[in-house]
Amino acid sequence: MNNVNLEVDALLDTLAAGLKKEIKRRGVHSPAMIGIHTGGGWIAQQLHERLGLSEPLGLLDISFYRDDFSQIGMHPRVKPSSLPFSVEGRDLLLIDDVFYTGRTIRAALNEIFDYGRPAQVILGVLIERDGRQIPIQPDCVGARVALAPHQRIKLKGPSPLRLVTRSLETEPV
Amino acid sequence: MTVHRNDLQLDAEGRLRHFLSIDGLSKTLLTSIMDTAESFTGVAERNVKKVPLLRGKTIANLFFENSTRTQTTFELAAKRLSADVLSINIATSATSKGESLLDTIRNLEAMHVDMFVVRHAASGASHFIARNAAPHVSVINAGDGRHSHPTQAMLDMFTIRRNKGDFGDLKVAIVGDILHSRVARSQIHALNILGAREVRVVAPRTLLPTKVEQLGVSAFHNLDQGLRDVDVVIMLRLQKERMRGALLPSEHEYFNCFGLTEDRLRHAKPDVIVMHPGPINRGVEIDSRVVDGPHSVILQQVSYGIAIRMAVMSMAIHSEAKAAGGGAG
Repeated sequence: MNNVNLEVDALLDTLAAGLKKEIKRRGVHSPAMIGIHTGGGWIAQQLHERLGLSEPLGLLDISFYRDDFSQIGMHPRVKPSSLPFSVEGRDLLLIDDVFYTGRTIRAALNEIFDYGRPAQVILGVLIERDGRQIPIQPDCVGARVALAPHQRIKLKGPSPLRLVTRSLETEPV
Repeated sequence: MTVHRNDLQLDAEGRLRHFLSIDGLSKTLLTSIMDTAESFTGVAERNVKKVPLLRGKTIANLFFENSTRTQTTFELAAKRLSADVLSINIATSATSKGESLLDTIRNLEAMHVDMFVVRHAASGASHFIARNAAPHVSVINAGDGRHSHPTQAMLDMFTIRRNKGDFGDLKVAIVGDILHSRVARSQIHALNILGAREVRVVAPRTLLPTKVEQLGVSAFHNLDQGLRDVDVVIMLRLQKERMRGALLPSEHEYFNCFGLTEDRLRHAKPDVIVMHPGPINRGVEIDSRVVDGPHSVILQQVSYGIAIRMAVMSMAIHSEAKAAGGGAG
């Protein structure tokens, strides 16, 4: 792994600054934020405070939209999604902890569009690692890390929030 | 037909493979069905009332016995999961021309159906189909004879949980024709598994099974006593044919003794909820004012029925992980 400081608080500062800049650049006035359950929800909670957003935070559980349902079946602990605002015509900040293959974001976008048609979606993630499998990428990141395919990085929380890396014993299929 | 419960419903890892009856299932599993249903309740309130979970799967509704509400909610649940649904009207199908049940199943399997939802007048019919179905096919019991109606019981439990929270403090009275009711049987199992404080059955002696206490209930033959301090009242439909079977004197007399009225409901706790699986006979087992009154959660039951059926179907349907997990069931 390359030499990146994985201190969550510092990464949140970088990500919050990046989002502010992107919001300004696009001329967005009152964005609504959605975190992806579980880790993305914790990160979104922190960012929501740092950006001082007025609209309550939305939470998305993408279990019903995963593209691997026919392989792995139902996730045993699905949480209800809750979007306490209308997404129709809204500028959305979509937040996740780790961006890896891009499949989670694809599922999240599919779910969001079933609630309505947002004006735009800005994607912010705490960590972007390599391994992208579909043409989706974040707009703002806390840090980019280079990991070998057998390495994993995961956010533990909710308090304290910390990033842990580990190696799988065998190469993933 | 003998009903074999054993582990037909679960795979080697304890995951739901078929959903045939409540008894034999754990509190953890029943709770996880309700938790999953909780996540599905929001789907109906969105722009697009569908999730793509069962896209590409085919579900066949086999209703050998009529039931508008159950069939409709199963069909809607499957459609909200993006499955393709076949509702086969057995009365006009090949079965009525003499085709055997197994031949019907084999034909549908050859059409690559992934799940059967079965309603049948014979107890054990869905167990029979589950035992004989191809390994990738799941079976959901939508009511078999007097035996079991597990999705109805689960939607009732879900309605209770959403209104009352924890089961441990609850006194529940089930009122009416317990003897002929597959719904009551499934409810009693579910309430006991979930740890309800007290489950009462209230009915005339002719409509209670002998040794009903062995199911883990206390029996009452007087409605006012049975309702005293209960948190939940579940009314059962009185099937009119029971009058002809000499089990009951008359509708009028039944209503006088066992019909739920606002006056009688005062014996229960002030925040009691009143449930009924439908269809309702207004003025026979329950007064219209109670049906439409503030304690009634009867229409909630219908909405929650869709979420529960979505949960059960998505949990039971075949996945590659289940296939790899071994040949249980």
